[in-house]
Amino acid sequence: MKKIINAVDQVENQMIEGLVKAYPEYVYRVEGSDVLARAHKKEGKVALVSGGGSGHEPAHAGYVGTGMLDAAVPGAVFTSPTPDQVYEAIQAVATEEGVLLVIKNYTGDVMNFEMAADMARDEGIKVDQVIVGDDVAVDGSLYTVGRRGIAGTVFVHKIAGAKAEAGASLEEVKAVAEKVIANVRSMSMAIKPCTVPAAGTPGFELADDEMEIGIGIHGEPGTHKEKLQEADQIVDQLLDKILADLDYTGSDVAVMINGCGGTPLMELFIVNNHVSDVLKEKNINVYRTFVGEYMTSIEMEGFSISLLKLDDEMKALLDATADTPAFKVL
Amino acid sequence: MTDTKKLIQLLYSISDTIVENAQFLTDLDAAIGDSDHGINLARGFKKVETELPALEDKTIDAVLKKTGMVLVSTVGGASGPLYGTAFMKAGAVVKGKSEIDINDFLAIMDAAIGGVQLRGKAVEGEKTMLDAMIPANNAMKKAFDDGKDVHSVLQAGVEAADKGVEYTKSIIATKGRASYLGERSIGHQDPGATSFTILLKTIANAY
Repeated sequence: MKKIINAVDQVENQMIEGLVKAYPEYVYRVEGSDVLARAHKKEGKVALVSGGGSGHEPAHAGYVGTGMLDAAVPGAVFTSPTPDQVYEAIQAVATEEGVLLVIKNYTGDVMNFEMAADMARDEGIKVDQVIVGDDVAVDGSLYTVGRRGIAGTVFVHKIAGAKAEAGASLEEVKAVAEKVIANVRSMSMAIKPCTVPAAGTPGFELADDEMEIGIGIHGEPGTHKEKLQEADQIVDQLLDKILADLDYTGSDVAVMINGCGGTPLMELFIVNNHVSDVLKEKNINVYRTFVGEYMTSIEMEGFSISLLKLDDEMKALLDATADTPAFKVL
Repeated sequence: MTDTKKLIQLLYSISDTIVENAQFLTDLDAAIGDSDHGINLARGFKKVETELPALEDKTIDAVLKKTGMVLVSTVGGASGPLYGTAFMKAGAVVKGKSEIDINDFLAIMDAAIGGVQLRGKAVEGEKTMLDAMIPANNAMKKAFDDGKDVHSVLQAGVEAADKGVEYTKSIIATKGRASYLGERSIGHQDPGATSFTILLKTIANAY
């Protein structure tokens, strides 16, 4: 394992400290916890709290700020934060209007966040939640716990965050978050795995000429391996799955080309070049495109495509001001 | 049957047994999950141990609740909330007691199972810890109704839990991360059912 770290057991802590030192105007660390909360708490609005394992930077702390999250809860690398940590976050940002938890659909995340919500309700805090499952690689059948939450989650942060910032009620913020979840689909691939610092070895193996299709965001293997193809062919394969799952024909979409941590922007733009062409060909109008690192898997090389089918409300909220360390619409 | 002192001794024994079996449990999890079950549980129970000396003059429910809270905040993943909830709910049904009997223990089991079901939204037959907990509880109730003594009641529970673990090898996981494996989860025993059985055996061995 080759990483620029000091000690395996200090990775999360020193990452949090460094992040706070970089963006003190946006976030502060809630004392005695790992929670990163909005530097200037805003009353009179619903507070948004999200989180998950560390290793997905800039998610989720990078989205704390105006028009997105009020607090982020990072757990250990690729491990859900514990309920007491999530509870700290809820307590730190709770307002009269209530708190909405944005949870990615993993068994551990859902349980830990729900426990925290129970604890907060016992204290009289109004809490509700949404669960994001945008990954079309995973079959959402009766036989699994459902689709995983991946990069499409950032659209939930953005749009629900804008709704909350505008002063909507908890019910309204939840409703728009649910609408984003119902209209966003994603799929990923990788050409090189990542290594969790505490594990020391990669989560899966890939030969020089192989790629893994349908990976999750925790270095877990995907649906299958195959021979590496050209970028356009890879895009076709991922888009086919996404477009088969939801009818986007004739609609406006937001596109996110998300790098997994080790993929250069150069390659992400090559990906977007073809994504954009294919969508045009299929009579799908690209309303707004985001290319960059939004939901990474440490140093994994690969990318995901997310497509969000927009209506007028979502468009307006997508265009609303967001000012956070890692996501700005100004 | 059990006062606070004995409960604390039991928790030390449970911690020792979980630590001894940490690698075994983690290996089981590696086959169908994310290979951390034993490591995580061992970390949690080791932390519980550090809290025990301060609990000697507390009631049974206070010890159980504290154990649950420590597990919730240190184990992580899915097993933290599940075991944590089980202990917290268990504490709630023996509120204020400083000594419990086998009747209380059966009530504790009911509450723990209820907590796990609530938190995990699972039922029997989904390849989870419930596949050991529920049959064990049913067997213990039957043994108790048949007038068996504490030792025999607990042994009946252990036998049923063991069978439950065997049963998990034959079924497809439909909850937890193993569910993504579909049919490939067949042939592997469930790590959570296994860790519960280890825990129950440790209790049974003390009576």
